[in-house]
Amino acid sequence: MAEHAIMQQPEEAPRLQMRGIQKSFGATRALIGVDFDVHAREVHALVGENGAGKSTLMKILSGAHQPDAGNMALNGQPYLPRNPLDARKQGLGMIYQELTLALHLSVEENILLGVEPRVMGFVKRAEMRQRSVAALQQLQHAEIDPSIKVHDLSVGERQLVEIARFLAVGCQVLVFDEPTSSLSHRDIERLFEIIRRLKSQGMSIIYISHFLEEVEQIADRITVLRDGAVAGTLKRNQADRAEVVRLMVGREVDALYPHGQHQRGELILDIRNASGEVKPNDASLQLHRGEVLGICGLVGAGRTELLRAIFGLDAVRSGDIKVGVYSGASSPVQRWQQGVGMLSENRKEEGLALNLTITDNMTMTNLQDFGPSRLVLPKNQSAAASKWIDHLDIRCSSPDQKVGDLSGGNQQKVALARLLQHDVDVLLLDEPTKGVDVAAKARIYQMIDQLAQGDNGRASKAILIVSSYLPELLGVCDRIAVMADGRLGESRPVEEWDEHSLMLTATAKE
Amino acid sequence: MIDQVSLSNKSLLRMATRHLNKFGSVLALALVFAFFATLNAKMASLAALETMVQQTVIVGMAALGMTLVIISAGIDLSVGSIIAFASVAVASLIDSVGLSPGQAAIGALLAGTACGLVNGLLIARLRIVPFIVTLGMLLVVRGLAKGLANSMPINVGGTWLSDLLATLPADQKWQLVPPGAWLMLLIALLVGGFLRYTQLGRHVFAVGSNEQTARLCGVAVERVKIFVYAASGFFAGFAGLMLMSYQEQGDPTGALGLELDVIAAVVIGGGSLSGGEGSIFGSLIGAMIMTVIRTGCQLNGWPTWVTQVVTGAVIVIAVAVDRFRHRQQA
Repeated sequence: MAEHAIMQQPEEAPRLQMRGIQKSFGATRALIGVDFDVHAREVHALVGENGAGKSTLMKILSGAHQPDAGNMALNGQPYLPRNPLDARKQGLGMIYQELTLALHLSVEENILLGVEPRVMGFVKRAEMRQRSVAALQQLQHAEIDPSIKVHDLSVGERQLVEIARFLAVGCQVLVFDEPTSSLSHRDIERLFEIIRRLKSQGMSIIYISHFLEEVEQIADRITVLRDGAVAGTLKRNQADRAEVVRLMVGREVDALYPHGQHQRGELILDIRNASGEVKPNDASLQLHRGEVLGICGLVGAGRTELLRAIFGLDAVRSGDIKVGVYSGASSPVQRWQQGVGMLSENRKEEGLALNLTITDNMTMTNLQDFGPSRLVLPKNQSAAASKWIDHLDIRCSSPDQKVGDLSGGNQQKVALARLLQHDVDVLLLDEPTKGVDVAAKARIYQMIDQLAQGDNGRASKAILIVSSYLPELLGVCDRIAVMADGRLGESRPVEEWDEHSLMLTATAKE
Repeated sequence: MIDQVSLSNKSLLRMATRHLNKFGSVLALALVFAFFATLNAKMASLAALETMVQQTVIVGMAALGMTLVIISAGIDLSVGSIIAFASVAVASLIDSVGLSPGQAAIGALLAGTACGLVNGLLIARLRIVPFIVTLGMLLVVRGLAKGLANSMPINVGGTWLSDLLATLPADQKWQLVPPGAWLMLLIALLVGGFLRYTQLGRHVFAVGSNEQTARLCGVAVERVKIFVYAASGFFAGFAGLMLMSYQEQGDPTGALGLELDVIAAVVIGGGSLSGGEGSIFGSLIGAMIMTVIRTGCQLNGWPTWVTQVVTGAVIVIAVAVDRFRHRQQA
């Protein structure tokens, strides 16, 4: 009945209102005038690709960033939090995907952390207990003992404590930022129940997620953000998934996987019975120019280890790895010289040096090519980098920008550009589109296809892809082999596979 | 609430920080100097300038190597001891072995490089953290210096080595500063160019910024590490030569705790202890700032404890400002 009331009076002032919010970082315009609001008793979902501006908007809402222009109001009062604690005191709470609890403190200490009731610096334990219990009761989870350490709680319970934190100080607006990514199916159901209950108690919920199914289940309205602006707001009953995706991407996505003619050329990577320290175990594969070979498997099957062994990052215990005319195990230095490049699945820890520039990251493998003898001329370096920035449509303020300031998709393009810039013949790509938005994915698939075709008189390349995303493997590969428990199966043409058979093979026990 | 005015304030601030970025350390040096110069006019005299340069050369020389080490995300605590060891080595090579000053100088440089090489090999091959290795070397090398000199200073005067950092005689004032200072500037230029324009120099940044990425990109990480510590030892040896030139003696207890001054110079100049950042130019300015403070305090007759408090405060403020401008950029 509460929902009914809103339907009848849509002109009721929203509880939280954002108008014309702008924010730039250097030359990058993250938000270009965003309007967003949420009413009492409403779940308003915010969706968009990586880099669309969702997290910037939420950081402004929580006081972590200050807007360059625009205004915000909470309950009709001007609202401009100086920092997250200030936002919490003014009535807005953020629940992030990584929980922010202090594991060594108790539940009640966490719930009132930063706002402990106190006299002359001493914490009023009784009041703390009472307010914690009240908050947990509001969530209808009074069974959680406020005196035990958060350390001893399950992931789902920890999330409850995180929410209780904001209830205990009377927050009326709760923002959930990708809350389900680390939750099991049952915990997600439980969370949705809680969100619905909070809504019926009159709370306003902002719900951010990549998972459109979830959004459709829980949201009353869905706002799509694209390129720092609102692409559209849909009511739940008008929102069909294709429409949401169209708004997110700004075009139809059917052309996501281009598949040109790949001419299978000479054998360039020949692996016979290779074994690493633990994984891979007796792996063999043949890769030709003009061929995209996918390796499918569960996490921990040994796929990454296989690539690392080929590239010389991990030891090879037995077997033979032949790259073109070179035989035997090598170091990464030699692999680059032989024309093999590897993209790490771990972009932040291994793939990129985040506090170096785009230029330095792209050109690190063949610095000797940028000047006479052993000299490196920065001018030549940035000219090369600029070329790839244009070619791959990398959004940045200049080639001298630090890689750490870019969005995930653009970072990944920089990491890939390193391989292109080096002009390697064999590309070992480990989860090439992990944490990358749809537009960047499309560009990466297109690039892989072009490399396999060979364009502008360039010889075609050989590409080995490890991925956990089955549609991607089926979309871009010519052949796929499945790895399970360190063992690599026979590769077969992509036409002989579908998602079902891939999954079945990957999970099969011998 | 937020109007165009605050918007333009923001962009002004951004522009200001960008320039602060480039010339921030120079500006800080100018401010500190101006402050002391207004207190005491002697500060701006040629004589005072010459003294300050003389005092900066030793820390500055060692800071060249420390800059490489800190950019590579390492630390070298042994430079103070290596400086003392090298000064003793050159003095005893002249005094006891009877080598010519030139030969002795080369010997001292080799001794410093050898110490650094040991640091580098232990860090790269045995994978012990730099803090521990160089802390150990701090004691080992200090002990060696004392053993070599029988714990007594070795006096060696009157060679051309002493002229390197000696106060210029009246008829040579046109040189402005002693030849040792010019030598250091020349070497600094070379090292700065090396860092920016050579493959190995860029690799030092790569290793410091992200060692795993460097390895993935085919950088010989171990060799880069060995190189930076050997270089640090070499420049500490050079600084030891300068110390011996300045004091006309090899002093096994000299340069005590000087490694901290050297590290402070690099950090004031924008070096980040987490690696990937730092510059030769910045480090030299950093060394200069510390000398200006020390000299300024002395000229005003302030007690040593004031000097120490001021220097300490400046180090922390410099790093705080550095962090602040990083946040502005992000």
